Amino acid sequence: MKLRNAFLTPTAILMAVTMLAPLAIILVYSFLTRGAYGGVEAPWTIENYSHLWDPVYAAIIFRSLWIAAVATALCLILGFPLALFIARSGTRKNLYLGLVILPFWTSFLIRTYAWMFILRDTGIVNSVLQSLGLIREPLPLLYNNGAVILGLVYGFLPFMVLPLYATLERLDPSLLEAAADLGARPWDTLVRVILPLCAPGIRAGAILTFVPCLGTYLTSDLLGGSKTVLIGNLVQNQFTASRDWPFGAALSLALMAIAIGLLFSVRRRGEELL
Amino acid sequence: MASQTVLELRQVSKAFATHRAVADVSLEIPRGAFFSLLGPSGCGKTTILRMIAGFEAPTSGEVWLNGECINALPPYQRNVNTVFQGYALFPHLTVQGNVEFGLVHKKSHKKGSDDINRVNDVLKQVRLEGKSSRRPSELSGGERQRVALARAIVLQPDVLLLDEPLSALDPQLRKQVRSELRDLQRRLGVTFLFVTHDQEEALSMSDQIAVMNAGSLEQVGTPREIYAKPRSRFVADFLGAMNWIDGIGVRPEAVSITSQGRKAFVTDVSYLGSFCRIEMKVESGEVIAAQAPPGTSYTTGQAVCFTWNREDEIHL
Repeated sequence: MKLRNAFLTPTAILMAVTMLAPLAIILVYSFLTRGAYGGVEAPWTIENYSHLWDPVYAAIIFRSLWIAAVATALCLILGFPLALFIARSGTRKNLYLGLVILPFWTSFLIRTYAWMFILRDTGIVNSVLQSLGLIREPLPLLYNNGAVILGLVYGFLPFMVLPLYATLERLDPSLLEAAADLGARPWDTLVRVILPLCAPGIRAGAILTFVPCLGTYLTSDLLGGSKTVLIGNLVQNQFTASRDWPFGAALSLALMAIAIGLLFSVRRRGEELL
Repeated sequence: MASQTVLELRQVSKAFATHRAVADVSLEIPRGAFFSLLGPSGCGKTTILRMIAGFEAPTSGEVWLNGECINALPPYQRNVNTVFQGYALFPHLTVQGNVEFGLVHKKSHKKGSDDINRVNDVLKQVRLEGKSSRRPSELSGGERQRVALARAIVLQPDVLLLDEPLSALDPQLRKQVRSELRDLQRRLGVTFLFVTHDQEEALSMSDQIAVMNAGSLEQVGTPREIYAKPRSRFVADFLGAMNWIDGIGVRPEAVSITSQGRKAFVTDVSYLGSFCRIEMKVESGEVIAAQAPPGTSYTTGQAVCFTWNREDEIHL
C-alpha cells in the first residue's frame, strides 16, 4: 500500500462509519412502518414518501425553499460589495477576512440566542425605541419569517463572502481598466465584466449558503417559534414528539435529494461541483 | 494651441508615495502622427500613458485633448483608447464580443446593422475575419494583440495609446508586426502614442520620438534628429552604440579602420553577417567599437589605426 493511501485509511473508515452507515440506516428506515413508541417495525412500505405530498408538508417544504432562497439572495446582495471591498483593500485583506470569520469563534447557538435578546419584546431594539418615545407597543420582531431570514443571513453570510472573495481577488484589475477605457461606466463594468467573470464564485457561494439554510433547524426553532416550521424542524419533530422515525427518515432524504438536485442544476459543464 | 495638435501635456508631474514618476513634462502630439515615448523601464513613460487614459491623476499640470482640458474626466469619458501591455481581453467574450464592447457606450450610439458593419470592417483591417467567434484563450499571441487593437480602433479614438504592445510577442513576429502596425496607422490616420523601451522599434516606426529618462523629457524630434543629433549623453547612449573619444561622440558605423590615424589594438572581432563588429583599445584604455565589411579579417591583438568623419562627430 502506498504511504499516502495508508494515511487516508483513518479518514476512509471514519467516513464509512459516521456517514455512509447512518445514511444506509436512514434509507432502510424510510421504507419501514413506525413503531408505537418510536423506532421502526415491519412491513415495508412507501407510504412515508407519499406523505410528502400532503398539503401540510408540501407547504412546509415550499416555505423552507422560499426562506432559503430569500436568505441566499440577501447574502449575495450584502456579501458581494463586502467581498469586492476586501479584495481591493491591499494589505488589510487578511484583517478583514479575519473579521468575517471571527463569529465562528463562538457557538452558533449562543449567537442565535443573542439575536433573541436583541429582537424580543423586551429586547434592546424595542426598549430603545420605546424609551425614545418612537413606539408605544413593542414591534413584533421575533417569531416570524423575517426573524428567521435575519438569523440565516447573519449566520451564513461568511459562506457567501469567502468564495466571492476568492474569485474577485483573482480578477485581473487591468480588465476593469480596459472596460473603463472602452467607455463603460462603473455600473456597466460591474454588469458586463465583474459579474460574468465571478459567476463561478457566485454559484459556489449560493450553494454553500442555500443548502445549510434549507436544512436549518436551530435558527427557525429559536427565532421562528412555532409559527415558522421548516423542514429541519419537521424532521426533528418526527424523531421526538411525533415518534414517526420512518417519516423523519423520508423527509431527511427528500431534503438531501433537493440539495443534490440543486447542486447539479447550477453546475456548468466542465466546472468543478464546488 | 495649434489646430494640428491633438494632445498636449502642460507641465505634467506625477508623484507617488515613494518616488516622483514624472517630472514637469510638456509635450505636443500632432494629429495623425505616429509618436513614440521611448525610455528605459521605470522612466515614467507608462505613467504618462495612464494619465492620458485617465487611470492616474497628475499631481500637477494639465492634459489637453482636442483643445479641452480633460484632467477632470474619468477614463470612460475620454475619447482615447488603450492597447494594454497584456492586452486585457475579456476572457468571457468572443473576439466579436470584445470588439463590440465599447460601441454601446458611444454617445452617438444607435443599435443597428451599422455596428456589425463596423466590427466586420475592423476585423478585416486586422486580418481577423473568420475568427470572430473564438475566445481569447483560443488565439495566438499575435492574434490577441490584433483583437486588442481592433477593440480600440473600432471606437475611432482621437489618440490610440499603445503600452509596449509588442513586448509580449516573440522576436520573429515582433519585426513583422512593426510594419503592419505602421501601415495600419497610416491607413487609418489615427494618432498613435506608442510607449516602448526598444529603440529600434521607436526608430523604425515613429514620425516623432520623445526620449525620457528618470521622469523627465530628454529630447523630442524625428528619428533621424534623435539619432544623429542627440542633445544629451543619455539620448546618444540610449539610441544605439556610441564611442566617446576625447569627449566627442562617434557612432561605430562612422569609424573606419585605416592605415593612418589613431593607434589601437583589436580586442574583439564579431562576425555579424552583413558586417563585422570590431572592438579596439586605444592607449588611454578606452574601448572603441567600429564596423568593418564582412570580408575583413582582423585578429585579436592586431595593431591597427582608425579614423572617422568630422561631420559624423557629436559634440555635447
